[in-house]
Amino acid sequence: MSVNYGSKRVVTGAGYGMRDWLAQRVTAALFALLTLIVVLQVIFTSGPLGYEGWAAIFAPQWMKALSFAVFVALAYHIWIGMRDIWMDYVKPAGIRLVLHVFTIVWLVACLGWAVQVLWRL
Amino acid sequence: MPELTPPRREFRNINALNDLPTYRLPAAGWVSILHRISGALMFLLLPLIVWLFDTSVSSEISHDRFQAAFAAGIGFVPGWFLKLMVLAIIWAYLHHLIAGVRHLYMDMTHSVTKEFGKSSAVVTLVLSIGLTVVLGAKLFGLY
Repeated sequence: MSVNYGSKRVVTGAGYGMRDWLAQRVTAALFALLTLIVVLQVIFTSGPLGYEGWAAIFAPQWMKALSFAVFVALAYHIWIGMRDIWMDYVKPAGIRLVLHVFTIVWLVACLGWAVQVLWRL
Repeated sequence: MPELTPPRREFRNINALNDLPTYRLPAAGWVSILHRISGALMFLLLPLIVWLFDTSVSSEISHDRFQAAFAAGIGFVPGWFLKLMVLAIIWAYLHHLIAGVRHLYMDMTHSVTKEFGKSSAVVTLVLSIGLTVVLGAKLFGLY
């Protein structure tokens, strides 16, 4: 048996399997749905869209609530994807840790910004 | 207990610089690696994407700033460069979305034959590049 604890612990894996596979697909489907809702409204707006038409898409309370939920789902989707990339290409645990922390900070910051934009409309 | 097994040789099957340029990927391989590249690209450009959302939707004043940024540039960033970045986002999003729908379709219908893998990959590449050209022409004011 190889030692896989203490200082010899292999730093890899993140609960691969059903959970991430399903999460990646559900969050993707949610964002595809939001895209569809926005694109259809843009296409079926009569005349040029302009500021009024564009802002009106995100103005209803249900649209804000839906967008908020989908943005959170999307952040989780990006986390899974970027974590997979780092785990595939970056082997030293220290650098990988730094990149993971950077990814989380980057994502949470962007998510906070997007949510702020949404709720002050 | 003494170490009995000699250290195992490590085999690495690719050398990124020497091997990758000579690999001839099949269509499905291109869709796969571009799925990853497009995702990473959008991750890196995420602040720009949120900025585009913010300025376009927040107020009429910010919307004017949004439009002026494309026409005349903003800060030290010229307009054509912003358009180029947005073109990259458009391609990345289209490719990622269509390749993702391909995944979902394969999962739901168990379409895992070699033939379907190839034909759906070609469809993905043609659709994503075609739509990027159409939207990119609009972005650069060709029609």
